[in-house]
Amino acid sequence: MVKVTVDGIVVDVAPGSSALQACEAAGKEIPRFCYHERLSVAGNCRMCLVEVSGGRKPVASCGFPISNGMQIFTDTAVVRRARKAVMEFLLINHPLDCPICDQGGECDLQDQAFGYGADHSRYRENKRAVTDKYLGPLVKTVMTRCIQCTRCIRFSTEVAGVPELGGVSRGENLEITNYVEKALTSELSGNLIDICPVGALTSQPYAFSARPWELKRTDSIDVCDAVGTNIVMQARGASVLRIVPRINDEVNEEWLADKGRFVVDGFRRRRLDRPWVRVEGRLQPASWADAFSLIATRLKGVPGARIGAIAGDMCDGESLMALKDLMGMLGSPNIDCRQDGARYDTSRRDFYTFNTGISGIDEADALLIVGSIPRQEAPVLNARIRRRFVDAGRGKFPIAMIGAPNADPTYAATVLGEGPDTLAKLAAGELPFAEVLANAKNPMIIVGHGALTRPDGQAIAKACWDLAVQMNAIRPDWHGFNVLHTAASRVAGLDLGLVPGPQGRDVAGMLGGGVDVLWLLGADEFAVRDIGPDTFVIYQGHHGDAGAARADVILPGVLYAEKPGTYTNTEGRVQRAFRAVMPPGEAREDWRILRAFSEVAGRKLPYDTIESLRARMAQAHPAYGQAEHARLGAADTTAPQAGSVAVAATPFYPVIADYYLTHAVCRASPTMETCSGIYVRPAIEAAE
Amino acid sequence: MSTQLTAPGGAEPTHFAFDAESEQQIAGILAKYPPERKASGVLPLLYVVQKQMGRQTGSAWIPRIAMDVVAERLEMAPIRVYEVATFYLMFNTKPIGRYHLQVCTTTSCWLRGSDDVTAACKAATGIKAFGETSADGLFTLTEVECLGACANAPILQVDDDYYEDLDGPRTLELIEALKRGERPTPGPTIDRMSSAPAGGRKVLVDDAAAKPQGQG
Repeated sequence: MVKVTVDGIVVDVAPGSSALQACEAAGKEIPRFCYHERLSVAGNCRMCLVEVSGGRKPVASCGFPISNGMQIFTDTAVVRRARKAVMEFLLINHPLDCPICDQGGECDLQDQAFGYGADHSRYRENKRAVTDKYLGPLVKTVMTRCIQCTRCIRFSTEVAGVPELGGVSRGENLEITNYVEKALTSELSGNLIDICPVGALTSQPYAFSARPWELKRTDSIDVCDAVGTNIVMQARGASVLRIVPRINDEVNEEWLADKGRFVVDGFRRRRLDRPWVRVEGRLQPASWADAFSLIATRLKGVPGARIGAIAGDMCDGESLMALKDLMGMLGSPNIDCRQDGARYDTSRRDFYTFNTGISGIDEADALLIVGSIPRQEAPVLNARIRRRFVDAGRGKFPIAMIGAPNADPTYAATVLGEGPDTLAKLAAGELPFAEVLANAKNPMIIVGHGALTRPDGQAIAKACWDLAVQMNAIRPDWHGFNVLHTAASRVAGLDLGLVPGPQGRDVAGMLGGGVDVLWLLGADEFAVRDIGPDTFVIYQGHHGDAGAARADVILPGVLYAEKPGTYTNTEGRVQRAFRAVMPPGEAREDWRILRAFSEVAGRKLPYDTIESLRARMAQAHPAYGQAEHARLGAADTTAPQAGSVAVAATPFYPVIADYYLTHAVCRASPTMETCSGIYVRPAIEAAE
Repeated sequence: MSTQLTAPGGAEPTHFAFDAESEQQIAGILAKYPPERKASGVLPLLYVVQKQMGRQTGSAWIPRIAMDVVAERLEMAPIRVYEVATFYLMFNTKPIGRYHLQVCTTTSCWLRGSDDVTAACKAATGIKAFGETSADGLFTLTEVECLGACANAPILQVDDDYYEDLDGPRTLELIEALKRGERPTPGPTIDRMSSAPAGGRKVLVDDAAAKPQGQG
């Protein structure tokens, strides 16, 4: 450690730190625009000037390395004057349009001008104006406001891995641009809005909606993918107006994928806000009591084996538990949370979770991805892989993929093959990458749903596990077997036992008249049209999508923004979300609907409060009673069951056809629809 | 000033490929860099592009499509090539005339009469202001910063050649010669050798008789 004195305070900082980091360690706030903790140091805004002992002029602290015994002064007359001068230069060409700028109230330039700005401008020349750039439907640009900190260039190049932004021309004429009129091709582009310190890059869908001080902030969890990104719902009145990420270094650092951020305008559209019942083929509005009694009547005399339930991909743990218990009360073994038909051995938790952990990627030194395109299935996790790839240096983090030959993963990955036969070759040591894996200390294998949703999914999972054991990736201090989920509710569903019981039917078995009564809990992503014509369908959910269209009774549930809930991400990390807004109309929290119905059906569920329900969850699976998530190795290398289907030779297929339209909420969102039209459909049409 | 995204008037070509002469130059350039650092070759490769465009179309400029070709050849992101190409004023990102007249107007040249050179250029070509191309498409007039030949001020750089010690009439003469398709010998346009004194030697004149001219 290096001893540094900052304004008389002695601090110990790690060697190689910058003066700015030393100042922060001493609790001194240093103004900055270009410096960002998670990006490389550019040192071009000059706002972070400090004085250093022995130096003749102020230095930019962000890029100034510390040395032992160094004395830093952050608040001298020289520093204040220098920062004031820098600010004056920055404001020369910055427009005075704060009243109509969306960044107002959360603008670094505005805040710091308060401390270092002059009360008037001495500049008498013409101001510079810059034409706005087109960066796609999500990021709005007002380039005259740009102070050229280059954070966006560094973010797109370093974190997102799509080097599409740059600074062209020079001096007075320097402009941040993509040069060609083209939408940014990143699933992380929304983060540009957060890192831009001024109002140059703002949110297009959120434009002119609200001021930051009007918004009520509620901590929540993103359910658009299985990463469990920590988010903040920002609401005014009854509407969530925007979603921004919350820092959690273990999960998402400070990034959020575009779908999780911009899905918000689907929250109030196509909502189911009252119960409906089908009368003579048409859905009619009904009361809760009528809807419940109709279901109870229909259920009378139906044996448990003829009742089924399918849980959707965005459900909270509480409603999953309640559904599981309700089906248990009704004597039904037919319950499934795997709409996509994925196959897992659920006897051990590490057979179906991302055991290395998202933060564990930082310690890995080789990676094999099987049947997954992480860039689409979990963009934030993909950024973590990319960061590891960049940090490790050239060739130090070799990555190979099986399947997805045409996907650009944003890092250099060798495509070994397209199907499971490549996996066998790898295990037999026939491919050069086998040696790379064998020599790696902490190798990782990621198995995706491109593999697990096949009939032979379990056999492939076993093959991957065996390969992991073979290269010593499963040991008490390291677990290199990872399942990358795409559905936010999947791990919770598997934990809480939402898989068919003995003689129970899975999703495919419940279709085609396999059951007489089918309860859909937010389930829209399976072949709804294959439900038997005589099956009585109850749809409990928040959006009028495929499931609701087929339903005989609709029970209006609520969105993840409208209920407190427990979500388990692909790592098996249990996280809590809180209620940001009240649900519309007569919609109710899902577990309360199930609890209320159980009483009407005469089989009352034994919990009246969310606390007692959570106690029930902790009883069902110990992870739900623990406060902390721990990454664990495994001493037991017994492989998961291979299932009854032998490995087929067919190539893996991508599990996500359209990143922007994967669930009912984004299908209701105009922004996601626009994105799909710009990013995905042209590619699909070109392929045809 | 705003960044030009595409060349005006539909001049942006839809296709660019290196010709045999360029390929030969590129092979020589890339041999200088380790393969994993070949992006270092971006500057010389952009010059190759500009030269080739000059040969092929008579207008030495770099269209965007050619920057993409360079990016692909050097395995770098296209935006990184755009950044370099737009940073250096020696690269023309818009079509120019056959002859690129670059007048130095920095202090030394200005004091020595670059205003006359500029006026002569404008008069001879019909160009109204810096940055414009003449109506016949032969000349583009550009104002440049110090060309580093102050001893021979004022200077007019035509493409790669320096024409030095100019004044108005000699500039007119030069441009007329260019119009006729001639390329006068570059260098001083007055009686001097390189930056040596005009009219011959001024010091050590006694030795001049003893030794033959040119060895002093």
